[in-house]
Amino acid sequence: MNLALREALRAFRRAPMLSALSVTTIAFSLFAFGLFGLVALNLRNALAEVEERVEVRAFVAEGTNPEATAAAVGDIAAFPEVASVTLVSEVQALDRARRELGEFEDVFEAGILPASIEVRLKEGFRDPESVRAVARRFEVYDFVDDIRFGEEWVEKLYKLRTIATAAGISLGITFALVAIIIIGSTIRMAVLARSREIHIMRLVGATNGFIRAPFLIEGFLKGLLGGVLALLLTWLTYQFVGQYVVQATYFGAGMAVLGVLGGACIGLLGSAISVGRHLRRV
Amino acid sequence: MIRFTHVSKHYPRGGPALDDISFHVNRGEFVFLTGPSGAGKSTILKLVYVEERPSAGEVRVAGLSSVTMRPAEVPALRRRLGVVFQDFRLLEDRTAEQNVAFALEVIGTPAAQIGPKVARVLTQVGLAAKATALPHELSGGEQQRVAIARALVNDPLVLLADEPTGNLDDRATRGIFQLLRDINATGTAVMMATHDLALVKSLDYRTLEMNRGRLVFDSGAEFPAAADEFDPAVTGPDAPAAGADPAPEAP
Repeated sequence: MNLALREALRAFRRAPMLSALSVTTIAFSLFAFGLFGLVALNLRNALAEVEERVEVRAFVAEGTNPEATAAAVGDIAAFPEVASVTLVSEVQALDRARRELGEFEDVFEAGILPASIEVRLKEGFRDPESVRAVARRFEVYDFVDDIRFGEEWVEKLYKLRTIATAAGISLGITFALVAIIIIGSTIRMAVLARSREIHIMRLVGATNGFIRAPFLIEGFLKGLLGGVLALLLTWLTYQFVGQYVVQATYFGAGMAVLGVLGGACIGLLGSAISVGRHLRRV
Repeated sequence: MIRFTHVSKHYPRGGPALDDISFHVNRGEFVFLTGPSGAGKSTILKLVYVEERPSAGEVRVAGLSSVTMRPAEVPALRRRLGVVFQDFRLLEDRTAEQNVAFALEVIGTPAAQIGPKVARVLTQVGLAAKATALPHELSGGEQQRVAIARALVNDPLVLLADEPTGNLDDRATRGIFQLLRDINATGTAVMMATHDLALVKSLDYRTLEMNRGRLVFDSGAEFPAAADEFDPAVTGPDAPAAGADPAPEAP
């Protein structure tokens, strides 16, 4: 193991340019993947924010017994899809309308706006089907005059989310594949550059495991360094975008570590495949 | 110690490289493999150090048969062989002694034994004074000596030399050849492929002459195989019956 590590480090020392090129190539392919990941992350966050606004609003008929609505609020809160229920009285509705539409404040007269029950839904229940199902359950209450949940808007949002998810997954896979291919061929180059060593090792009777070890370590280290460099590059880009374009979210610590380790694993895998090809003869 | 029994080798795109070859090499023997380029000399050596496997027939080396040998057994066999090539195949970024030590390190020799072994073998090939020189600082003959030292450092049963003097001038050739004879004199068998007929004819060593994949002459054919203490299987119950065609090895 000691020798394997020494041989791996010797490869860096002996061909610093090739090693730097490998690490940079790995870093840039992971950087492209990372940038895409950042865009996907922020898009998802933005959509999640919008989605939080999905609500079902049931308007209460005038003159309904407040006890009946209060009881209904209790029932509704127990629905599995429901995150929160708010009862908005006529007075509160009027206040809110006047506050939100300041310049038309005079248009609203007392009693013009009905009381309503506003329901926000839990994450995972904001698709059109679930929203409609919740809305339908309001129909059992006699005092409910009208139910609104912005059907068209919910559907559009859902569609947008589906498209974003599908595009995210397919682009993510594509980027990851491109990264794996680039890293694989980079490491293959390094293995080819050392084919003489592999040949001699085989000739003098080194076992395949022994021959593989330095290359696996080298690949792992290159992947790790590439990953760190890619993380740095995405962070710099994030800072730049944050300063000049738009405030965005960066990866959490867990995600960043996962990304760097992912790079290392790709390096390891690329090495294993490349060196395996050299050893498969005989 | 080395026994070829009806060995043929076909390359998928190159046609037959060896055609029904049978011979044996005893322990401590010196054997020339001669013939023009493409005659199959290198293929025979490759079959001995298991770089290739025969398409038909059986190659036995140090008691291991090509028919039954598992890939995991190949490294152990190679540790009992030494191989040198026309182009030396040294690692350019390592000194002479590091090149030799490399052969010991990669098979897990304890560090304490490496230094003395390397020094001993470099002295044997006459390069003790240039132990710290890099290959490009050495002449062709000296580089080949380093390669021979590397091949010898594990005390092989046989030294396989594939045109070891092909890149060398006359003087260096004589030096390397004398070194191989000295090595042979210590009991190590030597199989040397060469197309230097003048060299072969000037000496009374056993010669296997190849032509187009066939063994056309064996100056030692009249001598029976010596009982070989390193190859009990040759005389054991699992030895192939004379004339029997062993099952061809799957590629």
